[in-house]
Amino acid sequence: MIDNQIIATVIIHLFTALLQLAFWRKTVTQRVLSITGSFIGLLFSIHLFSKVLHGGILTMNAANWQAPFGIVFVADLFSITMVLLTSIAALAISLFSAQGVGRARMLYGYFPIFHFLIMGLNGAFLTGDIFNLYVWFEVVIISSFVLLTLGGRKSQLEGAVKYMAMNILASMFFLTGIGILYGITGTLNMADLSLKIPLVENQTIVNLTSMFFLIGFGIKSAVFPLYFWLPSSYHTPPSAVAAAFGGLLTKVGIYAMFRVFTLIFIPNDFIKTLFIIMGIMTILTGAFGAVIKNNIRRLFSYLIVCHIGFIIGGLGLYTKLAFTGAIFYLIHDIIVKTNLFLISGLIQQLRGTMNMSRLGGLYAEYPKLSLLIAIVLFSLAGIPPLSGFWPKIYLIDAAYVGENYFLIAAIIIGSFVTLMMVAKMWSEVFWKDASTEAPVTDAFKPLSSLKKTMLVLPIGILAMTTLFIGLNAEMVIRVAEQISNEMLDTSPYIKAVLGK
Amino acid sequence: MELILVLLIGVLYAAGVYLILRRSMVRLLLGIILLGNGTNILIFLLGNITKGKAPIIDADLKTFADIYADPIPQALILTAIVISFGLTSFAIVLLKRVYALLGSDDLDDLNTPEEEDL
Repeated sequence: MIDNQIIATVIIHLFTALLQLAFWRKTVTQRVLSITGSFIGLLFSIHLFSKVLHGGILTMNAANWQAPFGIVFVADLFSITMVLLTSIAALAISLFSAQGVGRARMLYGYFPIFHFLIMGLNGAFLTGDIFNLYVWFEVVIISSFVLLTLGGRKSQLEGAVKYMAMNILASMFFLTGIGILYGITGTLNMADLSLKIPLVENQTIVNLTSMFFLIGFGIKSAVFPLYFWLPSSYHTPPSAVAAAFGGLLTKVGIYAMFRVFTLIFIPNDFIKTLFIIMGIMTILTGAFGAVIKNNIRRLFSYLIVCHIGFIIGGLGLYTKLAFTGAIFYLIHDIIVKTNLFLISGLIQQLRGTMNMSRLGGLYAEYPKLSLLIAIVLFSLAGIPPLSGFWPKIYLIDAAYVGENYFLIAAIIIGSFVTLMMVAKMWSEVFWKDASTEAPVTDAFKPLSSLKKTMLVLPIGILAMTTLFIGLNAEMVIRVAEQISNEMLDTSPYIKAVLGK
Repeated sequence: MELILVLLIGVLYAAGVYLILRRSMVRLLLGIILLGNGTNILIFLLGNITKGKAPIIDADLKTFADIYADPIPQALILTAIVISFGLTSFAIVLLKRVYALLGSDDLDDLNTPEEEDL
């Protein structure tokens, strides 16, 4: 069904960014615009989500060029779920940024760039054209470069060099893959590719091409052995930026991986095994990397890597049950990871440091806030009935059915290490007596209550979303099941795009 | 023509990968540029090169009877060139800033710990 509204979430963020450019250096106006824009974006994505959930796949032909010749935007349930989660995270980050990002950064265009980033993410989720996906990826990475370097501290620029080099390389792989794909099929429309790829005589070339996409998206989503750029750059920018990166940027790589490997390339046994091995190694390396870290944000960076492994392992199993688990995990992960980085920003405000050995005593001083944070930490570790618990059940079940005992072991080790890290963080940051040697600089207490709300409210919103996902798991599982049905049977997608 | 382009793509990719694997930041930058150009030529080659046949239909004809040059790869390359132009200029500025801050061109020197890590 054709519905031009699906582009609304892209347009809203585009216009928010453009309006903010008109209010250059007027930081108060920019903050108001940013929150308003993100809020309207969220309303639209909720509206579209319910429309797609009940009415089926929506499409839009750009400039009314018929698919497969023109660029087509497709909102199937997977895309629109990702858009909805992005909008929730964007609203939270907008609120937090209004107080959590320094004025100097805002003067140099923090907010417009942030909205360009969200626009790029929404576009990447909605497009149905592989080259257009590349273009949206570039919109995302160029915005992320600016956000990462804005402020120009030494460590930031050093992190940015690694981030930039790896991301440009990933785009190169992706573009090379697109070039070869166009050469062997003569089309760029994903639905059309899905029909034409099985007709290619030489399937070896097809498999080889799929490796370009695997490496390109693998770098972006930070899977083993391509993740090393992530822990060396994500701890450098302000926490609001790190929240957008940690919650959303790696997930767009995962989204693209799922899209390409369920719609265009149907993986053979070798590629499936490759995914599972990558998943296992990602979980283990991420988990062991996290154990030795003392800085909260470095620890979270490794936990991102670790939890990406769960999702990739689910993709490798390639069954309905595994997809359901992986998608549910993705839904949970976006909300929780965004929140974790916002929390690290709040801790920075409270104590002026993120080094665990110098933190402590937060529970004695801020008991209510600590309990709010505890909800997030526990759902990260997957303590039932919070949101991290349910997808792991599905993934372990799927791995058991597929007789993949190594993956089960890795998931359990990964969850255990996460729990250990949560316990360590809880005892070091919240329970331990406040450190006496270093003077505590609390930038939070003197703030006005409005400013305090701006910092705590987004964390509260995301924590409530996490609680909702965990306690209302039945509904989320239904959505995840419907998404996995769409992935395993792509004919409705192709019919919606090409009309056949 | 095809053979020359194939060789050129091979050389560009090989040189690009070699330069990226070096420790110098300038070589990293040059490697990225070469890889980008290699990719663009690859897209051009895989779109089946047709010489001197513009994809323009005569006014009195309804469809193409003749073979014609595919305009899509050119559109793709154009887009890719613009994007890589933007990325490269950003990369140049970034690396120049890093060089000004560190006084070193060596990628291995990019590991200053943050104050709060100490």
